[in-house]
Amino acid sequence: MPSRYVITLCDGPSCMHKKSKEIEMVIKSELEKNGLLEKTRVMLSGCLGMCKKGPVMIVNPGYTIYGGITEKDIPEIIQKHLLKKQPVARLVIDEDHLYNRFFRIFGDVDFFRKQMRITLRNCGIMDPESIEDYLALRGYEALGKVLTEMTPQQVIAEVKKSGLRGRGGAGFPTGLKWEITAKAEGKEKFVICNADEGDPGAFMDRSAIEGDPHTVIEGMIIGGYAVGSSRGIVYIRAEYPLAVKRLEKAIVDARQEGFLGKNILGSNFSFDIEIRLGAGAFVCGEETALIHSIEGSRGMPRPRPPFPSVSGLFGNPTLINNVETWANIPVIILDGADWFSSIGTEKSKGTKVFALAGKIKNTGLVEVPMGTTLREIIYEIGGGIPNNKKIKAIQTGGPSGGCLSEEYLDTKIDYESLAQAGSIMGSGGMIIIDEDSCMVNIAKFFLEFTQNESCGKCTPCREGTKRMLEILTRITEGKGEEGDIEKLQRLGNMIKKSSLCGLGQSAPNPVLSTIKNFRVEYEEHIKNRKCPAKVCQSLFNYSIIDKCVGCGACKKICPTQAISGQAKAKHAIDQSKCIKCGLCFKTCKFNAIIKS
Amino acid sequence: MPVELKKVSKKDALKKFMDSCKSLPNPESQLIAILHKAQEINGYLNKELMDDIALEMNIPTAHIWGVATFYHYFKLVPQGKHSISVCLGTACYVKGAEEVLNTIRSELKVNFGQTTEDGLFTLQEARCLGACGLAPVIMIDDRIYGELTPKKVIEILNTYRK
Repeated sequence: MPSRYVITLCDGPSCMHKKSKEIEMVIKSELEKNGLLEKTRVMLSGCLGMCKKGPVMIVNPGYTIYGGITEKDIPEIIQKHLLKKQPVARLVIDEDHLYNRFFRIFGDVDFFRKQMRITLRNCGIMDPESIEDYLALRGYEALGKVLTEMTPQQVIAEVKKSGLRGRGGAGFPTGLKWEITAKAEGKEKFVICNADEGDPGAFMDRSAIEGDPHTVIEGMIIGGYAVGSSRGIVYIRAEYPLAVKRLEKAIVDARQEGFLGKNILGSNFSFDIEIRLGAGAFVCGEETALIHSIEGSRGMPRPRPPFPSVSGLFGNPTLINNVETWANIPVIILDGADWFSSIGTEKSKGTKVFALAGKIKNTGLVEVPMGTTLREIIYEIGGGIPNNKKIKAIQTGGPSGGCLSEEYLDTKIDYESLAQAGSIMGSGGMIIIDEDSCMVNIAKFFLEFTQNESCGKCTPCREGTKRMLEILTRITEGKGEEGDIEKLQRLGNMIKKSSLCGLGQSAPNPVLSTIKNFRVEYEEHIKNRKCPAKVCQSLFNYSIIDKCVGCGACKKICPTQAISGQAKAKHAIDQSKCIKCGLCFKTCKFNAIIKS
Repeated sequence: MPVELKKVSKKDALKKFMDSCKSLPNPESQLIAILHKAQEINGYLNKELMDDIALEMNIPTAHIWGVATFYHYFKLVPQGKHSISVCLGTACYVKGAEEVLNTIRSELKVNFGQTTEDGLFTLQEARCLGACGLAPVIMIDDRIYGELTPKKVIEILNTYRK
């Protein structure tokens, strides 16, 4: 613990009236009596504005705010708080702490107005490679509390009460998972952090670890204590070298300070964490596949049950949670389950981090309370769509999720409402698609990804996604047939129902949701051989219109010499030579080349 | 350095790493870490290396082969001096990754998994580099280049050619 304290005493008129000057004198003499004068800075501040509760005094670190104190309370505060590190609870002003909303430290800009940062509370404001910075921001305080004041059962009860649900996508109640693992019997138990963030378009876990690795570590240690495990493993993508480096440093520092290793903080609880690198396989985000990968095998899933909580790594009970879930734990312990569960909706508590990307002005990470609407995220935080384009779709949940149309903009974000709308919460990727994109093409893109990443173990996923992709490719090439849409739906539903793991069970979602919400586009492709967004290359031609001034720029840039024409006269494109690379379209300054 | 000597020191480095793995609990589970190390040392994984690992760690070569072929990260053929990973994640895709990719393809005359004739570049596709805010992006070795256009890509490639 840091040896230096800062005591800030409000010296505003109201507090002064209530004898803050006298209190200061008592503080100083008490500090001297206890030999703390050298180690403590006493500061008189301007008015804090909490005049009704004065005199007000803040003790740092810890941001403990005392109110209504008198000279008589000072010896007790100094004895208990400064010497024994136990704040005098009866004098602490007990309110919803503002710093829980992080306005105190975050920038005073609109971007943060609708946000609420719990898991990302330290990202961007501390040096992620400094354990001292983390300690100053109440780091490892939750661990201390757990080890000294709580039994494992109490920790689990607190997490259960908080209503936290798995942030990896499926939304399984975290506390319940902990309870099952704690009750399971095994030679030893494992705690795993799933940082195999493979969804294209998602970078929440990477940012959380790069910005604040200690929070994840602290969460895992608490998890280890709760379920009775002494070995933790972080399974992280090899593609995230910086995150790996910071995590490694954080683990070394935490060991040095006694937060990891044998007899943590003098208790009889021991726990250590090792890092295992992934090697680029999307399916390893699935928990049983991830376990196989840690065991040194091909990362293929297996049927559940038994669930990893009962029989996981090396056949032992294993608690697997996602990075964001772990990062919530210290806050729940520090500020309590009651506070945490006051945020969010009835069934989804707390906040969710989203990676905003695609056609949106403010791309980046946002953390919002559950129950925020898509519209608020996209327009009030994300700043809307650039270049005055119209929004066409919102894609959530990556390749396992779905595309929602504009009419779903007022959907509130929580596990149930997103599922009801036909998408999923997923791990938190949110891609905004504007009118320039073709939804059939987007669906094809996602299916290409999942088809490629299918591990091949079960037939519906291996063969089914391939057949679906063939149909989609056919449609985008203008060779779609009557009945293709129904065939896709039939296949999709079959794959969803019969696949072994989450990858296959959710792979058809992008296709099914685009059919549901953008069926007209599919029909245009199939019946009229037209791509309304003019993206599918086989379904449109480039041509030159009368606006052409004959500058020759397009002719010069065309890689296949498909453009001909005299200088200062209208040019023409030879369609048999054109490969539709679009270079001429981009080059023309006169908007004389159009897609038709 | 004579070729033989270089080869020996590479093998030593790998053996040292494997020895350190053996002292850990469940040493066979360290296979992926060992393959990472072997690839870092040798640039790619070949049968000879896998045989070495098999003997040392007491794991069948067939199992090692199975693991090495399962994960995208492991390379089974020699790689170019610089690896170019073109991100084909959703955000990049929406923002024109295909165009960037086609530019690189025609500029270097290689396809995915191939190395240029001069041995300078190997082209790879990446799932998502997690830099979606900068889309479209590519990564050359460990460096990320974002907000790319076909013109910018060629300029970047040229800086590696000098």
